[in-house]
Amino acid sequence: MSVGALEGALARPEEKYRICGDTGLRVYAKAETLIKVNAVAAVVFLAVGGLFGLLVALTRWPAVHILPAEWFYTALTAHGAAVLLFWIIFFEMAILYFASAILLNCRLAAPKFAWLGFILMIVGSLMATVAVLQGESSVMFTSYVPMKAAPHFYLGIILFAVGALLGCMVFFGTLVIAKEEKTYEGSVPLVTFGAITAAIIAVFTIASGAIILVPTFLWSIGYISHIDTVMYKLVWWAMGHSSQQINVSAHVAVWYAIAALVLGAKPLSEKVSRTAFLLYILFLQLASAHHLLAEPGISSEWKVFNTSYAIYLAVLGSMIHGMSLPGAIEAAQRRRGFNKGVFGWLRQAPWGNPAFSGMFMSLVMFGFLGGISGVVLGTEQINLLMHNTLYVPGHFHATVVAGTTLAFMAVTYLVVPLIFRRELILPAVARWQPYIFGIGVAGISLFMMGAGTLGVSRRHWDITFSDSVFTFDYPGTAFLMMGLNGISAVLAAVGGLMYVVVVVGSILFGKVRDEAAIKANPIVAPGNAVSTYGGEGTLKLPGTIVLVTVFFLAFVLYYFINWKFLSEVWPLS
Amino acid sequence: MASSESQDGGSQATEGGGARPDRVPAMQRLLDNPFLLLFLGVVMPTVFYLIWGIMEIIQIPIAK
Repeated sequence: MSVGALEGALARPEEKYRICGDTGLRVYAKAETLIKVNAVAAVVFLAVGGLFGLLVALTRWPAVHILPAEWFYTALTAHGAAVLLFWIIFFEMAILYFASAILLNCRLAAPKFAWLGFILMIVGSLMATVAVLQGESSVMFTSYVPMKAAPHFYLGIILFAVGALLGCMVFFGTLVIAKEEKTYEGSVPLVTFGAITAAIIAVFTIASGAIILVPTFLWSIGYISHIDTVMYKLVWWAMGHSSQQINVSAHVAVWYAIAALVLGAKPLSEKVSRTAFLLYILFLQLASAHHLLAEPGISSEWKVFNTSYAIYLAVLGSMIHGMSLPGAIEAAQRRRGFNKGVFGWLRQAPWGNPAFSGMFMSLVMFGFLGGISGVVLGTEQINLLMHNTLYVPGHFHATVVAGTTLAFMAVTYLVVPLIFRRELILPAVARWQPYIFGIGVAGISLFMMGAGTLGVSRRHWDITFSDSVFTFDYPGTAFLMMGLNGISAVLAAVGGLMYVVVVVGSILFGKVRDEAAIKANPIVAPGNAVSTYGGEGTLKLPGTIVLVTVFFLAFVLYYFINWKFLSEVWPLS
Repeated sequence: MASSESQDGGSQATEGGGARPDRVPAMQRLLDNPFLLLFLGVVMPTVFYLIWGIMEIIQIPIAK
């Protein structure tokens, strides 16, 4: 961007905006349109990727086994790319624009660059998807060399990443504009700070992706003769796992946003929550190392520092959020008069509001299923029990699907009325959707982790090894787990379909949310907690203390059960 | 706005009429500077994960 263009972008304060009838925030038209297009693209890729995910799960269900082997790997690659990259990062672009331009009452920096970024992301995602569906790029999400995909697969992902990087630059530029034009006082609100965390991790992620995917693209077209497999794995995971850390930061920001919008909840201490995000910025990306814990050529010092010492500081950040969020909700509920007993505030929470129920289930499942299993996977010794087994997808379905996707689904129920200005259609379907999807995803995560603990390999098309020279018999429980995983996937797919129907239907056919509708059906708690700085400033939270204690007990118990299990696998006496 | 927790330096008046402290704590300055955070967030994993990891790999002897 030239200096003249940058100055032009910084010196146009007269852009068109509206005042949101629900929140009172200033919504600039260009930011609003970009939020809409990114959100729509995200939902389209979720629908496509979800369909492929269902096919994968039905194939891994031994009694159904729906796809032949070559189609299975094509579907698995398409599923990974569509949901793990495209759905989530398109949605995160919408979050970055919302957390900067909308929450800071500010126009978007260089919207033309934001559009260029969006177009690159669309072209890149379509190019990569077409490459996969052509059948010559069934290399799965990790695309480990020496497996070679078609050149346009790598090029598509590179273009997508460049587009996302442009979006991050626009986000940082918008922060500069907001500060220059003094559209907020003091520090940015916590949701914006969470988005800053996500954008910072995104920059490292995309840079790492460029370092490894550009030479891999050149290798695919014959300009480079060899890519070292371990080097590829190391650098690729700096992108592959860090991209999931963008999600963690973004969905924690979304949790805070939903709690603030629906209940007027503020974090227990803004400073402590911001420090927790700082721990993410410094340490969360080092967790990539757990994918290399079984590599023989890399020292234990590197493995243990990156996955245990340093990552525990990032885990500390998650545990701070894990206490701050329910604590903020409890404090807000008690302020609203729901004071009966230890859990009266929780019983009286708005469980019929899909934004709240989706957020709370995302919080619980991310902590109990994704968080605890992540620490177990990140411990060098006990990682060996389930390294590269189906436990790994079980873990990341708990973090990325139960955590991120469910949180993003939940916030969509606020985005549709606030940004698209449409009333939700089929409110009963919307009310049940987070429960159906959440239970399905919890089943997927638990049963895959169960099968992985029994040794079921991560990516094999057929756990019976029916066409293999060497056979291996898994225990009957493993087959049961795979069947239950398939049933859970069907349930999650139904929940996903309900989400797509409600969201797309509301955008296309929902009643316009005008002033009368806003008065009749308010969806935002008074106080504008989402766009202001400040905490609840209380620790009188008996319900949260009980919940956190239960979490710690589950954490300690499961951690030591795995050490016990390890001692039985490798008897020392 | 909870101005007691927020500060951007200097001695500006708050909504409550009090003066902001002249000296902003170092931690607050760090958290209020997204570009310093960006620098740290890129340098930390680059040094501890990438560069250290690459050094480990290039020290692996090549099979003969």
